[in-house]
Amino acid sequence: MNNLRNSTPDCVYQPQFIDGHALSIPTFTLLQADGCLFPRARAPNLNREQALKIYHSMVFIRILDERMLAAQRQGRISFYLQCLGEEATTVASAAALDDKDMIMAQYREQGALHYRGFSLTQFMDQLLSNEHDLGKGRQMPVHYGSKALHYMTISSPLGTQIPQASGYAYGQKLRGEPNITLCYFGEGAASVGDFHAGLNMAAVLKAPVIFFCRNNGYAISTPAHEQYISDGIASRGVGYGIPAIRVDGADALAVYEATRLARELALSGQQPVLIEAMAYRLGAHSSSDDPSGYRSRDEETRWRSQDPIARYRRWLLQQDWLDEAADQLASDVLRQEVLEALKIAEKIAKPHIDTLITDVYAQPTDLLHSQLAQLKAHIRRFPEAYPLSAARCK
Amino acid sequence: MAEMNLLQAINQALDLAMARDKDVVCFGEDVGHFGGVFRATSQLQEKYGSARCFNTPLTEQGIIGFANGMAARGLKPVAEIQFADYIYPAFDQIVNETAKFRYRSGNEFNVGGLVIRTPYGGGIAGGHYHSQSPEAYFAHTAGIRVVIPRNPVQAKGLLLAAIACPDPVLFMEPKRLYRAAVGEVDIAYYETPLDKAEVVQSGCDVTVLAWGAQMEVAAKAVVLAELEGVSCELIDLRTILPWDQDCIVDSVLKTGRLVISHEAPLTGGFAGEIAATIQQRCFLYLESPIARVCGLDTPYPLALEKEYQADQLKVFSAIMDTVNF
Repeated sequence: MNNLRNSTPDCVYQPQFIDGHALSIPTFTLLQADGCLFPRARAPNLNREQALKIYHSMVFIRILDERMLAAQRQGRISFYLQCLGEEATTVASAAALDDKDMIMAQYREQGALHYRGFSLTQFMDQLLSNEHDLGKGRQMPVHYGSKALHYMTISSPLGTQIPQASGYAYGQKLRGEPNITLCYFGEGAASVGDFHAGLNMAAVLKAPVIFFCRNNGYAISTPAHEQYISDGIASRGVGYGIPAIRVDGADALAVYEATRLARELALSGQQPVLIEAMAYRLGAHSSSDDPSGYRSRDEETRWRSQDPIARYRRWLLQQDWLDEAADQLASDVLRQEVLEALKIAEKIAKPHIDTLITDVYAQPTDLLHSQLAQLKAHIRRFPEAYPLSAARCK
Repeated sequence: MAEMNLLQAINQALDLAMARDKDVVCFGEDVGHFGGVFRATSQLQEKYGSARCFNTPLTEQGIIGFANGMAARGLKPVAEIQFADYIYPAFDQIVNETAKFRYRSGNEFNVGGLVIRTPYGGGIAGGHYHSQSPEAYFAHTAGIRVVIPRNPVQAKGLLLAAIACPDPVLFMEPKRLYRAAVGEVDIAYYETPLDKAEVVQSGCDVTVLAWGAQMEVAAKAVVLAELEGVSCELIDLRTILPWDQDCIVDSVLKTGRLVISHEAPLTGGFAGEIAATIQQRCFLYLESPIARVCGLDTPYPLALEKEYQADQLKVFSAIMDTVNF
């Protein structure tokens, strides 16, 4: 590391300002829209099985998103966040990790979670807040988490996971583990204080963490050019002394390769690395948002031609790794399975009333026990007003 | 046993905890080689290495975010915020993250090993950015424990218990007493329970309740009241969240009167919570209204600190008014 205080400075004798716009970080890309590699590009070392697993997670998430957004419109779930257009960023990056690397995500990375093995049933249980939800029905839909899959439970406040990822990775380093932490966030979250605190902490304390920015163009309705100036988020990494790479977020092969190399660098160097994936949030921010109020159809259409799944699919077809007819059939079957799983999850009871006071502390306090007893007595008095719990307050 | 001041007791607790468990890691601003601005972490880097006791960049939200992540990995970070007055940049990480980690994940993840140490309180001519007592803000947050020791014996036992506790703990240290409070402390490892008040002195006319540095003020007021023939029961609440309701209730059922004193401003202060609870649980036994002797509802002043403080004469007056109601 360059220690400015202990080295002889390079001096100039006319004032010179460095313009941040002069820094122009290139975008790493391998795959063209037609599924052919760029002339000088080389495909990463993926075998057929891995390549198809990535594809199936991308397709799974697209179908899940489409069905669950419809379910939200029907009032069957309260809220939803889709990742339309960003499937390659999250799935291909997760595919480049070891299964025991910790993932600390924002809220639009369900593709990474599916790739890790989160089942359709587990997705449904969380979305429906039923008693099988690992999170015990305490958070809004899409706030997934799984200890078994090394996927930290999502928190709603933006960017809070960034300094936490630095600390988690530092813990892995102290334990001497051959693992790293990957932290996802959007370009909007790169404006919060936690981003700057987290990057600086990781850089100074040398934590093996990959900061993975999904630069998808919008933070709800605020376009990226109103979010930051200068050269995107990758340049922030450079400012903190963190190696950074910008990658085409709609290109699964490039995302995979960039993440694989970033992981090697983070692990071997015990240091942070930053990846900025340039993608586009083709859908709305959430089920409560309507993007037609702030962006044009033309813009969306232009990005739709970069569809990460279609592009990757064409590559798979060219490898002869995918059978078109079988693929179509599998998608139809999956659509049906999602609906069936939704119906089943809807019928499962909500979490037991006793879970209202558990997990606040390792053990509920006396005061919490007495508050629960009072609540149950109240519900026994007005059982018809509390249909979810009345039967369990005997 | 050895005589030591409150800072030395804290330093010894950290030393013992780091020696027993390699997962205990101390960090914060100037915490490393320098040993912290108050020297609470003196010699720890020399003994345990710079991976386990280190300086961080100057970012309170970064320190607590980092600590949350480390604790989620299963380590036991003891993070120092240099002054409680500077804890607010970390408020989101403490209130939204630390406190809710276990709950929101259905116990998939927790930050049980986390201890946040921070010096608080006035009486050091520090003005409003080096004198605040923010315990009430955190007492409103389910999921964390808030602990305030008053002397070296407590500081060591409570801090060791906090580090061993499966819940995250905010450990607020009365900086006015860092060197002023001296006592005989057991040099062996021991823990003091994190949910029990301590009856410091028995009495029958009035219960006087305080915590941390304010206990010294309350004790002086009790001496003044006793010169007037009033028998005071003096209680140190010791842990603000969760707090020991039963201990205070038992005392007030006996004395029928309660005076609560804290350094922080009156409105929204933790005395209000205690008064409401005691009023509910002891209503028919109360001989007089519960009195609160607190700081003014202003920022903490510099030049007029003496006037602002809930000093022993104000507490003494409240005791006499309560007894003579």
